[in-house]
Amino acid sequence: MEGTAVHRRLTWQIAAVTGTIDETPTVRTIQLAVPDWPGHRAGQHLDVRLTAEDGYTAERSYSIASPPGEPVAITVERLKDGEVSPYLTEELRVGDQLELRGPVGGYFVWEATDAGPLLLVAGGSGIVPLRAIIRERQRSGSDASVRLLYSSRTLADVIYRDELDAYRDGIAVRYTLTRAQPPGWTGYAGRVNPALLAEVAWPAHDNSLAFVCGPTSFVETVAEGLVGLGYQPDRVKTERFGASGGR
Amino acid sequence: MSPISRGFRGRHGTPAGAEGRVPPGQYVTDGFPVLSAGPTPHTPLDRWTFSIRRNGAELKSWSWEEIRELPAETVIADIHCVTRWSKLDTEWRGVSMDTLLGAVEHDEGYILAFCDGGYTTNLPIADVTDGQAWVAYEYDGEPLHPEHGGPARLLVPHLYFWKSAKWVRGVELLDHDEPGFWETYGYHMYGDPWKEQRYTGD
Repeated sequence: MEGTAVHRRLTWQIAAVTGTIDETPTVRTIQLAVPDWPGHRAGQHLDVRLTAEDGYTAERSYSIASPPGEPVAITVERLKDGEVSPYLTEELRVGDQLELRGPVGGYFVWEATDAGPLLLVAGGSGIVPLRAIIRERQRSGSDASVRLLYSSRTLADVIYRDELDAYRDGIAVRYTLTRAQPPGWTGYAGRVNPALLAEVAWPAHDNSLAFVCGPTSFVETVAEGLVGLGYQPDRVKTERFGASGGR
Repeated sequence: MSPISRGFRGRHGTPAGAEGRVPPGQYVTDGFPVLSAGPTPHTPLDRWTFSIRRNGAELKSWSWEEIRELPAETVIADIHCVTRWSKLDTEWRGVSMDTLLGAVEHDEGYILAFCDGGYTTNLPIADVTDGQAWVAYEYDGEPLHPEHGGPARLLVPHLYFWKSAKWVRGVELLDHDEPGFWETYGYHMYGDPWKEQRYTGD
């Protein structure tokens, strides 16, 4: 597997919060101005460090929600009993400073030069790096065909819904709602399973490149399902959230 | 000097018994999160081997039955993932790397562990000998689950856990340090959690 070696040291830098967007009742996008941002690729993440008045610090990693070339943004889901996510989603305001470093990770990335149609499969806030990939596809003028299968609990939990609904040429968005569906719902219902994957995914012989992001059990099911459909394991890139909600 | 995060208090409390055992930037979890770059491989045990190689040539190889017949050790260790969770007092059972490397003559300084799924990771020999590393096939008294690297994974608890390569199938002896999978993608060549060596240059 080929990679681009990163030899630059990742130093902590101070970003300013320039905007916040409440995506759902529990999910917020935080837009940042980072003076010395070295640039990033779609799918990478960054580290955030918070410092309390007594010097106590906490660090977490978050996927970057914005594509290369646009201001850095992260989208954070508030986790029950979380230490950092409640602060980021409830306390942080425009004008506040945030310490961060990045970008981190070079494998779960997509670039316009990558071959094959794109299959994106998201569970919950796993949509975040995949949204960066879709926006990079738009920004770069790539003609790669995209299919997105996005699993959420309810319609109210769908992140970036207006943006995703507006995509047209070459981008097909399919939702499945696992917990409840509104009246007249025409999308899928229930958890992603092999049958649903077989219906939505590009056929394996198209040499599709798949990106799968979500909770561990979701990613296990989807990745195994795609291999079962004939996808080569090295064409299925995964990113998992810890069972403890560490991300 | 880090700016104060207005209104951030943090959790502070280190769980009882964890004092001095949690490296900087880590938090203690009771769960066992999973981090992998791709699908979980499933190699049948009758096709599984663990090999020691030099220049791609096999010096020694054990089948699943053979490795299970080697002397096993129970290891209780704290583990630290670069994604920031630490898990204390995890219990493993497996074969010491001393036993495996002792089966071949070698004077190299490094190994590159290789795995099903194409994953690799690099380690100094000095870090996988003298009772510091194992090929582990049981976790918590049960066969190691595929999600967590079963049938067998490397266990090198004193380094960040990506060095404890899942689905390990052997090691290549090297006279020089060569980056493995995550190391190529910007993660640290050595990965000492107590020095917070997460990324290149840390």
